[in-house]
Amino acid sequence: MAYKTIIEDNIDILVAGAGLGGTGAAFEARYWGQDKKIVIAEKANIDRSGAVAQGLYAINCYMGTRFGENNPEDHVRYARIDLMGMVREDLLFDMARHVDSAVHLFEEWGMPIMRNPETGTYLREGRWQIMIHGESYKPLVAEAAKKSADKVFNRICVTHLLMDDSKENRVAGAVGFNVRTGNYHVFKAKTVIVGAGGASNIFRPRSVGEGAGRVWYAPWSSGSAYGLMIQAGAKMTQMENRIVLARFKDGYGPVGAYFLHLKTYTQNAYGDEYESKWFPELQKIVGKEYLDPEASHLTHRPIPTCLRNHALICEVNAGRGPIHMVTMEAFQDPHLEEIGWHNFLGMTVGQAVLWAATDVNPKHENPELTTSEPYVMGSHATGSGAWCSGPEDVSPPEYFWGYNRMTTVEGLFGAGDAVGGTPHAFSSGSFTEGRLAAKAACKYIDDGKAEGISVSQEQIDRRKAEIYKPLEHYKVFRNEIVAGDVNPNYINPRQGLDRLQKLMDEYGGGATVNYVTNDKLLHIGLKKLKTMEEDLEKIGAKDIHELLRAWELKHRFLTSESVLQHTLFRKETRWPGYYYRGDAMKLDDENWHVLTVSRRDPETGEYTMEKAPLYHLVSEAEEAA
Amino acid sequence: MPTFVYMTRCDGCGHCVDICPSDIMHIDPTLRRAYNIEPNMCWECYSCVKACPMDAIDVRGYADFAPLGHSVRVKRDEEKGVIAWRIKSRNGETDLNLLAPITTKPWGTAIPKLKDEAGPTQEARDSQLLFNEPKYIRMDDGDIHTLESAGLSMKSGVYY
Repeated sequence: MAYKTIIEDNIDILVAGAGLGGTGAAFEARYWGQDKKIVIAEKANIDRSGAVAQGLYAINCYMGTRFGENNPEDHVRYARIDLMGMVREDLLFDMARHVDSAVHLFEEWGMPIMRNPETGTYLREGRWQIMIHGESYKPLVAEAAKKSADKVFNRICVTHLLMDDSKENRVAGAVGFNVRTGNYHVFKAKTVIVGAGGASNIFRPRSVGEGAGRVWYAPWSSGSAYGLMIQAGAKMTQMENRIVLARFKDGYGPVGAYFLHLKTYTQNAYGDEYESKWFPELQKIVGKEYLDPEASHLTHRPIPTCLRNHALICEVNAGRGPIHMVTMEAFQDPHLEEIGWHNFLGMTVGQAVLWAATDVNPKHENPELTTSEPYVMGSHATGSGAWCSGPEDVSPPEYFWGYNRMTTVEGLFGAGDAVGGTPHAFSSGSFTEGRLAAKAACKYIDDGKAEGISVSQEQIDRRKAEIYKPLEHYKVFRNEIVAGDVNPNYINPRQGLDRLQKLMDEYGGGATVNYVTNDKLLHIGLKKLKTMEEDLEKIGAKDIHELLRAWELKHRFLTSESVLQHTLFRKETRWPGYYYRGDAMKLDDENWHVLTVSRRDPETGEYTMEKAPLYHLVSEAEEAA
Repeated sequence: MPTFVYMTRCDGCGHCVDICPSDIMHIDPTLRRAYNIEPNMCWECYSCVKACPMDAIDVRGYADFAPLGHSVRVKRDEEKGVIAWRIKSRNGETDLNLLAPITTKPWGTAIPKLKDEAGPTQEARDSQLLFNEPKYIRMDDGDIHTLESAGLSMKSGVYY
């Protein structure tokens, strides 16, 4: 093969994937490791990569401790109730106590954060959200990461982590290929911080054809955070906790600013409020601890996002759709109207294009809402990801093994979507997690934990052959047929993705089956995935671009298998509105007030599942009560 | 909305190829100009549109749900620190010019080079603090929040 092998050796900290988590890691690593070698490997161009590539109009996680607004434990309680109890409160507390400092760094670097003219504090959209002009959010944090890193390798698709051949279960770097030159890249590193993304496009999207790109989470979020770590044998947690978003129809434009700042609200097709009437029945499923509209009204405790989705789904199924966002009142104010448009242009331009194309004028009509296909990620209102150690001064023994944000593989750290159990981190929290992981990784090296790592030539050669196999396979069988993409020896990456999405949708609880699955469906789904795994060995890539798509598909596949295994394990319906276990239609705190933890054996592919205890932050007052 | 490239404006410079997060802006080998090779993997993030020095790239709404005849154009100016948008609807009733700042400081000048900063003390290394902390993480002048300072403990079980 003509591709060169390029080895980058003696790396202390390798950042694999430089979105908000990875840029935070690279930036902070330089402070604690001024003499260390810090290298970034990024699939796209660091200036516009990751979920924040097109910008953001809000920072959704800011405590405002400086302004006397919230304490970290307040945010933990909020995330806890929103996720129906299933969060890692040690990690959340830790993120929340640091996140403000990240936001203030952004402002010092030049991010335009809106201010409340009366109080001088940041302009609040909601209790946790502040409003920014964040079109250049990503280029800004990329600049910080570039100032800290020794080298940035753009356009490297990292496919596998390297493992230490002298000590079991210790990371030794990563490998991948350059999506422009095709060259094979080997990064030998003492620690790896995975900042790669969660997964869009594993469940069949509602859109068809071109519109398949207009997924809610970026189409380049290929589940690589999970694919990389699962392959390395790291334990994962809460992978069943996929998220479904109630968003503007087709464009999936954000609704946060509309609800919180513009004070718009929803109604059914006939102009009626619909949410509250579904709550009594829903309360029987989840219990009063989780849904108590009266208490929520009195204390401003939020109604969990999934439960509000549930009401929307039920109302549509009852034949009173579509659901509308009532904008006609708020948009009469020209200032608010402008904010409504800016909000889209700042983070989901496509929604503005769609409204322009369909002549939606929110002043004169109330736009439609819908629930999206499910997504798997760990930084928005859901917490899938790796099972990571927490900080030593907060975490109970089951949650602590030496280094903050280190996975169960030694020297392998995570940030952002990669870390499980930390929902509601969003952009600022992901950046913060990267910083925390970087400090811990420096300490890990300084403590001498990364001594004596060796990587055999055999491992490097084996991965190389594996990476280029789709190109080889294509070359061997292409000329058996006249032309076209129908070949009995291989499928191409798009065909594979279509199969994965259909399978996950129909067996794993996607949008077309109303988010319902059960044990039987999941068993069939897992069986079909096993067969698909064989076909993935026969995937054909006609060029380097398709090779990229082939490896993205493999990462999405590993993510999907983990999602089905976890969904099968948790025999209850914990998050109605995200998904339903038809064979266990109730929330079951007696058996399932736990976090689910899995490990896929890298040799055999076998899954083992376990329950991990769920710890909550309890105040002295609560304890006394 | 998937991007497309106007034949007469593109000079094949490759800025869009360089920036596209989805790796779908490629140069056509015959025409030596850029085009979108995979519209169903396009997020309409406008990164290529903003990066194009020739204003050659535009967006046409997804064929499966967006009718023809609309326009959302953009000009991003790093030196002036602003981004300007123009939205025109299909029926022409909506025609908006919107301007937003993208930075408050000259580009990249305010970010510290941490290699040149005074390094952390051993005490800081042993603490839970990050760079620049405890600045801005407290309501008062105290140290970082801990379970103890917040009067909290962590308990296993069902507590709400």
